Amino acid sequence: MKRKQLLTRGFFKENPIFVFLLGMCPALAVTSTFETSLGMGVLVIFVLTCSNIVISLVKGFIPEQIKIPSFIVIIATFVTLVAMFTEAYAFELYESLGVFIPLIVVNCLILGRAEAFASKNSVADSAIDGFGMGVGFTIGLSIIGIVRELLATGQIAYGVYLPLGEPGFLFNLNWFIGGDFNIADYGISVFALPAGAFITLGFLLAMKNILESKRGEA
Amino acid sequence: MSVAVFFTALASAMLINNVILMRFLGICPFLGVSKKIESSIGMSFAVAFVMLVATLFTYIIYYTLLEPFDIEYLRIIAFILVIASLVQFVEMFIKKFSKGLYKSLGIYLPLITTNCAILGVAEGNIIIDFNSSYNFFGGLALSLTNALGAALGFGLIMFAFSAIRVRLDAQNVPKEYKGVPISLVVAGIMSLAFFGLQGLI
Repeated sequence: MKRKQLLTRGFFKENPIFVFLLGMCPALAVTSTFETSLGMGVLVIFVLTCSNIVISLVKGFIPEQIKIPSFIVIIATFVTLVAMFTEAYAFELYESLGVFIPLIVVNCLILGRAEAFASKNSVADSAIDGFGMGVGFTIGLSIIGIVRELLATGQIAYGVYLPLGEPGFLFNLNWFIGGDFNIADYGISVFALPAGAFITLGFLLAMKNILESKRGEA
Repeated sequence: MSVAVFFTALASAMLINNVILMRFLGICPFLGVSKKIESSIGMSFAVAFVMLVATLFTYIIYYTLLEPFDIEYLRIIAFILVIASLVQFVEMFIKKFSKGLYKSLGIYLPLITTNCAILGVAEGNIIIDFNSSYNFFGGLALSLTNALGAALGFGLIMFAFSAIRVRLDAQNVPKEYKGVPISLVVAGIMSLAFFGLQGLI
């Protein structure tokens, strides 16, 4: 397979969230805002790329019987690194992701790529695959995050959880309305609740199916 | 420490902070193994067993090994190793001593290693830090109560959801919603219902 294809196939065609339904726990839990989704995605990109590289480096030395435990330890090492790094440099993100940072260890996507790809392919290919799949995961998370935050508050904020400078808005419906009307008072707050996560993902998956069947007909 | 503390912990872990619907732990088995009622019950028992034993071990390891030596940052690695080896051990144990149980639970056991509910509950118990508000054994008892409540909540939702899903299969659902999408919408409505229990305690 060509390198470019290896990189981009995770973005949409083999998207981990929408096509393979991998890593559903973070996809539902951390997507109440766009920023937390993006933050989670970046952490997963880092862990997935690094663990794929290391696993493909050591693939010849690990006996078949203890393959999975060894992979998990390698992944857990990088997750520990990421957790400490986040706590030091993006404390708001660390607080808001909470238990889901350690839980990157048991994200099926990472173990799945280690088992299905990195343990069989070269280092460079594994790194590209890990990065591509991580970006695909981030795209999936961000789509859910954008939809949920927009429906819940009418705005998309930045700078609250990630250290991106002054807090502000990437997008705000108030810009189009003007006057005394404040869209934040009219948000559908259920979409920020756990219930909204399930419903949003359900509708997005159905939308994906509709798009696919449309493309099939055309 | 009174009975009320334990009851509150149990009810809160089971209903108010339900692992699946409120804390989003264990979504993979929730969507993957809920197609049949029997398999959802089997999965729930396997999870309950591993969750309790894992909580016991991780609690003891954290407070007798990691904390005295100031190596708390190793807990992710330590916990996941405990859980992975525990699952392997439980599988071997059940296989040796109860063929019937192995047949009904065996296939779910390997899946449990990557079930985030186990690690999430074990980790959550450490974060709440019962140990500082009670003594070592009091904290252990509360952690186990918390794990039991989480396991009961997991079983309750798995059972209810698989029963709904069996009926859903017989319904005429729009074809784009068939399978996972409609299940997620149903789970959302269940989650909304459970949100109503928030004021219980």
